Amino acid sequence: MAETVADSVKLIATSPCAGLLPLSIGTMTASEEPPAALTSIAAYRGQEDALSEMLKTAHGMGWPKPGRTTGKEGARALWFGQGQALLVGPAPDPGLARHAALTDQSDAWAMVRLSGAGSQAVLARLTPLDLRRGSFKRGHTARTEIAHMMGSLTRLGEEAFLILVFRSMAATLAHDLEAAMQAVAARTRL
Amino acid sequence: MRIDCPCCGSRDIREFTYKGDALALERPDPDAGDAVWNDYVHNRDNPAGPTRELWYHEMGCAAWLVVTRDTVSHEIKAVELASAAKGDVA
Repeated sequence: MAETVADSVKLIATSPCAGLLPLSIGTMTASEEPPAALTSIAAYRGQEDALSEMLKTAHGMGWPKPGRTTGKEGARALWFGQGQALLVGPAPDPGLARHAALTDQSDAWAMVRLSGAGSQAVLARLTPLDLRRGSFKRGHTARTEIAHMMGSLTRLGEEAFLILVFRSMAATLAHDLEAAMQAVAARTRL
Repeated sequence: MRIDCPCCGSRDIREFTYKGDALALERPDPDAGDAVWNDYVHNRDNPAGPTRELWYHEMGCAAWLVVTRDTVSHEIKAVELASAAKGDVA
């Protein structure tokens, strides 16, 4: 049988930030998060309580309130918009589908961790969000503008943030992070 | 300029998109007739003072908001979810 295109082309999976990250400048590091299942969960009307119970049973985390996260490293739920959360890590329990619309978003988002002293100053150059610790604490999350792109921002620690933008925008994010990291690092050298 | 989103809290104007007068919440009946529909589609008041406007929190929670804003002072007097303003329980 003649060789088809499919036989001769080898498809190789690459992560959104392959070849772009990690990036270490000054005291800051931007690195890609390990690939994880991403599922958007949109609760059906009036089903939030039942959904929260199901999430607790199945994945050990409650339904996140607006601007908050639940769960922990490796299995997290980020508030992701009105009536919506993003499950990061585990494959969703099929039972969740009784209370919510589940949509597989794996591979759709670039997930970047920015950490190290100065990280907050870097993000202050890229987002209009109030990042001060009094109003954006560990475990807080926001949908906001990041380098002119719509994204999701979560504080993981004192100087550690999780940044999500559309996968197609990964190169732009890496570029703008690099410029901001260089600018912040340069100021500390003055 | 900042808008106090009922869902997200006080956010910068860059996160929002302006739609126009909140008139769209009072869509006429399909059989209302040409004159009513012509008025709804094309004619807008241009008041100096308080207006009710639709804003979209595009970069944030994706909620449509009804913002009561004074076009003279730019003071924002009230913000509510459009779904709440319409009496929808979403």
